[in-house]
Amino acid sequence: MAEAATDLKHVILHDRHLALSGRMVPFSGYELPVQYPTGIIAEHKWTREHAGLFDVSHMGPSFLELTRPAGVPDADHRAVAALVEPLVCGDIVGLSPGQIRYTLLLNSGGGTLDDLMIARSPRFGGTLYIVVNAGTKLADFALIEGAAGSAGKFTRADDGALLALQGPEAAAALADFLPEAASLGFMTFGSYDWRGVRAMVSRSGYTGEDGFELLIPAHRAGEAWDTLLADPRVKPIGLGARDSLRLEAGLPLYGHDLDETVSPTEAGLNFAVSKRRREAADFPGATRILKEFAGALTRRRVGLLVDGAPARDGAEILGPDGAVVGRVTSGGFSPSLGRAIALGFVPPALATPGTRLAVSVRGRSQAAEVATLPFVPHRYHRKPA
Amino acid sequence: MTIRFTKDHEYVRVDGSSAIVGITAFAQEQLGDIVFVELPAIGKVLQQGDEAAVVESVKAASEIYAPVSGTVTEVNAALGGDPSLVNADSEGAGWMFKLTLSAPAELDALLDAAAYAEIAK
Repeated sequence: MAEAATDLKHVILHDRHLALSGRMVPFSGYELPVQYPTGIIAEHKWTREHAGLFDVSHMGPSFLELTRPAGVPDADHRAVAALVEPLVCGDIVGLSPGQIRYTLLLNSGGGTLDDLMIARSPRFGGTLYIVVNAGTKLADFALIEGAAGSAGKFTRADDGALLALQGPEAAAALADFLPEAASLGFMTFGSYDWRGVRAMVSRSGYTGEDGFELLIPAHRAGEAWDTLLADPRVKPIGLGARDSLRLEAGLPLYGHDLDETVSPTEAGLNFAVSKRRREAADFPGATRILKEFAGALTRRRVGLLVDGAPARDGAEILGPDGAVVGRVTSGGFSPSLGRAIALGFVPPALATPGTRLAVSVRGRSQAAEVATLPFVPHRYHRKPA
Repeated sequence: MTIRFTKDHEYVRVDGSSAIVGITAFAQEQLGDIVFVELPAIGKVLQQGDEAAVVESVKAASEIYAPVSGTVTEVNAALGGDPSLVNADSEGAGWMFKLTLSAPAELDALLDAAAYAEIAK
């Protein structure tokens, strides 16, 4: 997994991270800050209590537009959604203007090629905003572009800054930065003018907290970063805390908890297989996935509360008789709970919360108990009824 | 009292035939927040370079090697309750284990403070 420093790409805010004494590490082909001097635990807790600013510009924001829109928003949306639906298990056609859906790109065997966000433009029918993971973005982009063919125009938007502002004070901080965007509902997005450039803002994130993700054009990226960080509620947060936050939130990380063999059903992401798509059985791997829905499941993703040392990716999970029953796919230390936690896969019979298992760490067995996910409750924004 | 260092960032503080082992301030800074320390069993016989302890940061596990050969006589039990002592005071309250030296001549080949300072920057 070692990546040569010379091959690593820089994000547009690279110099900002160096100026903040960020500790730069290789990640998905980029050099990115794993932490700033305050350290992962302090950054993690700051995000849970205030607002953290993450540079996630290595990810893959992009747009897919109809080449020849009819000018009728609903019909144009249906047409552009129909271009990508064959690749994913989510209902894209059914999105309302401005709505975002978390979905999965699947292979024909029902394994996961990536997890991603697809959103319908709030204004124009016929445009989708798509954000994919960094490590898979070239393959994803090729798939989407190929599926769209001449009917769609695909545009990468990963040359600017993608910033995530997350935490209970994120909405108040965003209200000072871009007041119009602060009233967005959970899992919706909009396009706004920020100091003369177009900023795409979504109310979404991957920490379990309320928050936003902002796509800012390159020439205003540094200014946006500096402006957000000038707010005393906001601190820069590195990849280390991003990982511990998403782990506590029970959210899968592609390349660890999701890969080309793992189906949405195994990963506990049934909600991402939309009802309309299940009924139509018209998504990749539908044969396998629908059987799994009906009960033919051999493994399930679970959360584990681990006693003692952290059990990390690859650690064996042991059943009550000491036999290997599965593997940890991500694990570490939970700053909020002050103990080791992990995600991994076990047979469904052992997946019930409260089941006592063990993990093998450096050849020794440590107690582990199946936990209800998320480990730390989500605190997403819900509009008052 | 003499203190010697390894290029792997362990220190060994020698007092007669016994020694205290830990990781350097530079090492704890590089590792970041330490969340768990696995210590050797008392009575364990270590050869120089043997894996003696494991330090877990939020992100990763790192092995700590015996800087010199010897028998473990005591471990720092306080690290069980508060592993962050290694961050706060790695060369004091954050020590890891004590050894009775079995080959004191090994110390001669380790780095002194000035030589270690050259590599820890």
